[in-house]
Amino acid sequence: MAQDNQGMLWEVFIQTKPGQPHRHCGSVHGHDRELALQNARDVYTRRNEGTNLWVVPSNLIVASSPEDIGPFFEPANDKVYRHPTFYTIPEGITHM
Amino acid sequence: MDTNQLEQNFDAKLARNESIEPKDWMPDNYRKHLIRQISQHAHSEIVGMLPEGNWITRAPSLRRKMVLLAKVQDEGGHGLYLYSAAETLNISREELIDQLLTGKAKYSSIFNYPSLTWADIGAIGWLVDGAAIMNQVMLQRTSYGPYARAMVRICKEESFHQRQGYEIMTVLAKGTAEQKAMAQDALNRWWWPSLMMFGPPDEKSPNTANAIKWKIKRETNDELRQKFVNQTFPQADIIGLKLPDPDLKWNESKGGFDFGTPNWEEFYNIIAGNGPCNKARISARTKAHNEGAWVREAANAYAEKKKAVLA
Ligand SMILES: [Fe+2]
Ligand SMILES: [Fe+2]
Repeated sequence: MAQDNQGMLWEVFIQTKPGQPHRHCGSVHGHDRELALQNARDVYTRRNEGTNLWVVPSNLIVASSPEDIGPFFEPANDKVYRHPTFYTIPEGITHM
Repeated sequence: MDTNQLEQNFDAKLARNESIEPKDWMPDNYRKHLIRQISQHAHSEIVGMLPEGNWITRAPSLRRKMVLLAKVQDEGGHGLYLYSAAETLNISREELIDQLLTGKAKYSSIFNYPSLTWADIGAIGWLVDGAAIMNQVMLQRTSYGPYARAMVRICKEESFHQRQGYEIMTVLAKGTAEQKAMAQDALNRWWWPSLMMFGPPDEKSPNTANAIKWKIKRETNDELRQKFVNQTFPQADIIGLKLPDPDLKWNESKGGFDFGTPNWEEFYNIIAGNGPCNKARISARTKAHNEGAWVREAANAYAEKKKAVLA
């Protein structure tokens, strides 16, 4: 098999409108940041899908591991007082 | 966690209709099945550019040429989305391309037919993209996350593909007697291969059971084929063309059409490499890949040089 390096792998994030968060949409290969950005534009935004693009080297993304889903997110579970519904307020109160 | 437990978790996830993501544990056969299916799908997008590319320089007007260029470019994009999705399963782009060029991986058998006239471009958009869309709409809910997300993007882009093809057919069908005959001839030649795109009948499809069990597919080959016939009949009728099937008739009790059997022998023969264009398609891809080598080399050299400057 021919060894032809296709360049690094980059994850692509699109912001669809100003003010919106950037969302992951897939990945591209690219030999450097400019090429990665141009490839991402050509592959993922042929119909004005975005106002802004991020490309991030895939190997720099640190992800939590799916097996630890329980213990990793567990600390949030017993803190119901972080939600507004935890609190009792007198009837008739609005805008709160 | 032992394998048994991992497998139970995996099954439970599927049962809850949660998607499987690249870093999740998955059975080896699930991974293999996906690599085969997604790469086959990616290759089909790329090889599928060839029969239509054949007509770009000869499109009958500037409008048609612009549209066809945009359509073929989209198919290239679809191939790239799908290669990226396949790569999340731990297979490299080089390996995927190598499998295509060496014949180890398949692509949709329909792209081994020649596109003989301009009406073929109409028939391909209408029928081939139409059949692909039917399959892809279902795959938007496939269990593997990256594949499902690629399908959502692809389906958004596909809708113009089918319409531009149907528009070509509509115009030809309303044209001179020769133009109408040309449209009918293209329909005659592309109809059965389009039905074959859904794959062999369920009882003869070796992969269907697993694909359904793992929620990779949500509908079987035969179910999709039936839907496609039901949907296409009125579209042909409205523009005065006839589906080339003497057995086609409405069946009130099932609320759908009965239809004839595609020539499965022809289908298997093409898959075995003996279709009219198999050799031409692979040699065109090999040529493009080899002739693009200098671009990859130059990009590599450039990346190396930049690294050296930064170091
Ligand atoms: Fe496509
Ligand atoms: Fe398409």
